[in-house]
Amino acid sequence: MNRKTFLTGITGLVAASTWAASGMALMAQSGEPIKIGEINHYKRLAAFAEPYKKGIELALEEINAEGGVLDRPLEFIFRDDQGDPGEAIKIAEELMTSEGAAMITGSILSNVGLAIASLAAEKEWVYLAAEPLADAVTWSQGNPWTFRLRASTYMQAAMLAEQAAQTDAVKYATIAPNYAYGKDAVAAFKEVLTELKPEVEFVGEQWPALFKIDAGAEVQALERAKPDAIYNVTFGPDLAKFVREGGTRGLFEGRTVYGLLSGEPEYIEPLGDEAPEGWVVTGYPWYDFTEDDGANKAFVDAYQARWEETPKLGSLVGYMTAQSIAAAIEKAGSTEGDAIRQAFEGLTVETPVDTITFREIDNQATMGAFVGKTMLKDGAGVMTDWTYKDGADYLPSDEEVAKLRPAE
Amino acid sequence: MGLFIAQLLTGLANAGALFMVASGLSLIFGVTRVVNFAHGSFYMLGAYVGYTLMQVLPGAVGFWGAILLAGLIVGLIGIIVEICVLRPVYSAPELFQLVATFGVILVIQDLTLMIWGPTDLLGPRAPGLKGVVRIMGEPVPQYDIALIVITPFVALALWYLIARTRVGTLVRAATQDREMVGALGVNQAWLFTGVFFLGCALAGLGGALQLPKGGADLLMDFSILASVFVVVVIGGMGSLPGAYLAAVIISVLNVFGVTYLPQSTLVLMFVVMVIVLMVRPFGLLGREEVAGEHGQVGEPERPIRPAGTGVRLLVAFLLALLASVPLLGSNFYNVLITDILIFCLFAASLHFLLGQGGLVSFGHAAFFGGGAYVAALLVTYAGTPMELALLLAPLGAGLAAIVIGWVCLRSTGVYFAMLTLAFGQLLWSLAFQWGDITGGDDGLVNIWPSDWASDNVVFFYLALVLCVGGILLLRHAAHAPFGYALRAARDSARQAEATGINTRHVQWVAFTFAGTMAGLAGGLFVFSKGSVFPNELEIARSFDALIVVFLGGVKTLSGGWVGGAFFESVKDVLTRFEYWRLALGLLIIFVVIVAPDGIVGSLRKLGERLGWLRGERELR
Repeated sequence: MNRKTFLTGITGLVAASTWAASGMALMAQSGEPIKIGEINHYKRLAAFAEPYKKGIELALEEINAEGGVLDRPLEFIFRDDQGDPGEAIKIAEELMTSEGAAMITGSILSNVGLAIASLAAEKEWVYLAAEPLADAVTWSQGNPWTFRLRASTYMQAAMLAEQAAQTDAVKYATIAPNYAYGKDAVAAFKEVLTELKPEVEFVGEQWPALFKIDAGAEVQALERAKPDAIYNVTFGPDLAKFVREGGTRGLFEGRTVYGLLSGEPEYIEPLGDEAPEGWVVTGYPWYDFTEDDGANKAFVDAYQARWEETPKLGSLVGYMTAQSIAAAIEKAGSTEGDAIRQAFEGLTVETPVDTITFREIDNQATMGAFVGKTMLKDGAGVMTDWTYKDGADYLPSDEEVAKLRPAE
Repeated sequence: MGLFIAQLLTGLANAGALFMVASGLSLIFGVTRVVNFAHGSFYMLGAYVGYTLMQVLPGAVGFWGAILLAGLIVGLIGIIVEICVLRPVYSAPELFQLVATFGVILVIQDLTLMIWGPTDLLGPRAPGLKGVVRIMGEPVPQYDIALIVITPFVALALWYLIARTRVGTLVRAATQDREMVGALGVNQAWLFTGVFFLGCALAGLGGALQLPKGGADLLMDFSILASVFVVVVIGGMGSLPGAYLAAVIISVLNVFGVTYLPQSTLVLMFVVMVIVLMVRPFGLLGREEVAGEHGQVGEPERPIRPAGTGVRLLVAFLLALLASVPLLGSNFYNVLITDILIFCLFAASLHFLLGQGGLVSFGHAAFFGGGAYVAALLVTYAGTPMELALLLAPLGAGLAAIVIGWVCLRSTGVYFAMLTLAFGQLLWSLAFQWGDITGGDDGLVNIWPSDWASDNVVFFYLALVLCVGGILLLRHAAHAPFGYALRAARDSARQAEATGINTRHVQWVAFTFAGTMAGLAGGLFVFSKGSVFPNELEIARSFDALIVVFLGGVKTLSGGWVGGAFFESVKDVLTRFEYWRLALGLLIIFVVIVAPDGIVGSLRKLGERLGWLRGERELR
């Protein structure tokens, strides 16, 4: 490679990105755009971040077509943090102080979310954690400036535990990636299930390293524990390997498997015709929506029309993120930080899935999740017999939540 | 009993792909002395190429044909990389090539994302081998059996190639003494290219072979890298039977670890590696490095000298410029430059170890992250004020360095590097696993500076004073008698010992000193970010520092911080663009090729040629 072609390459890149940025801004309205800083792992977790970004862009186009927010266009500044918390902090500083962003949102990884949340409290900036699932975001490390949209690990695990409690299974084995999310997910499932059905027994726990699962060995170890049912928290490439080895070796025969997030298109689609059947999962059955599902169907149609691809759960979360922010700023009547923070407390937002509320007690939104059974249809894994569970029903009592959160 | 056998078979099957990737790495290192960080990327490419071919080619013949073709294609890609990227830099200082391979990783990551998209691909099953065999009642997948059978054949074929053919003779000769092979009239360039082809093809083969057990995803390049390095080192660098043995040991132990110690999945192989290297410092079947290299590769390093008046004035001017950054009134510049300063101190501490001591550490993040965690733990559990925490962070990191240094310095060269990597990984898993104390990967948050320093400008000056002070201290140590002793130990341990220098002791002190300074950088880092996560102890963090040290120039005094400042600034600019990894990777490769002495070294040469700087000869 000589210098000239390299420089041409760089120039091309610069030109391409400028073009992309200019395409984003819709200048239909009068006034300066309201900027929102969006920090994510666009490269490191591209499979999750891209649908999420497209969801945001769809919402922005709709919001701005209807006159924007406070008669000003709403604009997101997308930045890549490489999945590194320290990098995310630096970018947050830049977005808030140099770019003039009104608030920050973003992150999929919980640790990056927690780092930004800590910064938000220190600098008194509003942060909406859209995707991070860690319970700590709104509970043990919660703070007045951080809000969370998605149903937390605890809420989704509680939904599955409720399903599990209705069966005869007594002996459970768990498999979860060996990091905070996996541990939280197993602890919450155990806690809620034991509460609902005290006679259950946990006969085995497997902790593969994240994205380094030794699936054959894990399946053998689970088989050895002879459980009645299995609770799975693995996802991504780990899930694919686990499903394949488990299927080949007959681990799932005669056992119900409860899969946290396993029904989300992000995770079940790559499995193709090898998607497991009969698992009880949380997920997103976008393919099943009919006119009766109203806003759900409208969102799915709009998304497919706009991007010519099927939505993922991340698309929905991205869409709802932009909706929530627009609603908060509209309610605040200003782009000033403290006003937005107060507006978020108790904010209700009409979203495709339901009307959600950002609870005043812990800043957690009541967005729920779809729970259903997996089956194969036309060579792809889908959810069937699904219902939407309202997140508000799967949170601990207010007294317990108050104890979980540090005093404000 | 049935379960035991079945587990053993699972372990043996897992060893297959691991062995192929590891043997490729081992071969490449043995002959070319290139530590190929991009080896995981070739493995990933093998999986993706194999997947695509399997979609096109039908049936069982197509399936196995696709695997072979994937190996071949990846091997050809390896040739392109070798010719375009590595060939220009073989004469650069030892290990410099790993920077180029790091650039290759970034380029391949973005290209793979562009070509195959972000969604994980589930590998197709092997036609005719979809079921299980019952062995003593336990189900064993047929494909596992196939892998168990195939692997020894590949190993045998490799052994035959290396031990019984003329090419193999040349390869072995080059492994022992490549200069002599060159002197005897063998075309080294093509030998290197050939070996690179073979090594990459093996990695591609491994990637394609594991498809029926998993698939292809964009994270697999890094997830296999650590285990491959471990296998190569446990087996002994350059030893093929060693690589096979080690792959089997690691895979089988892993299977039993999963069953009987489910929480051990993060650390097991690193513990095994430390134990093996403690007993056999050159791996199970590795041989002690014969003095194959005649002195250092490349031109000899120049004696260091105090900076001249011109350079001092320039540095004073730069410092004044830095100190006036807050006058710009941009909060972001204060934050950005604080980040860069901290990273420069971290890089400078590794540079001291590497440049002055000749000790290549792959695990320097242990001390950076270690210092960060010491400070964070003190603040979280003891309410320690920032001032005291900033003092104790380097001390804590230094203490860790004393212990780790004692173990690691029993080995030398690449084995030393791998031991430091293992300890870095052990510390990482400690922080990761011990959730009750360290918060696991949810980390420790809300660690902010004392009130007087909470303003970004004040903290900027604090970081400026401590980081510049630390870098100057490191530089001073290089000029002190201690620095001379350290360089003597680096250049010729035997002669240094003959003159009465306790080389191991001197190196141990240097290791501790570098660790202490990295700990100071880590302490500052925590207070600038307000939180710490196991990311700061990760292998990737160590590699970041390693890359910038080489990029800046090992055989110079200021390479560490110059490389750090350059790399961090460039990264800040490039990450704003969509395909920044591609651009950054190409930039790294570009710098490596035009400036094989590093940025500082090459600028100095340029300055001398243009007559701005006085050359070495005029000073004598």
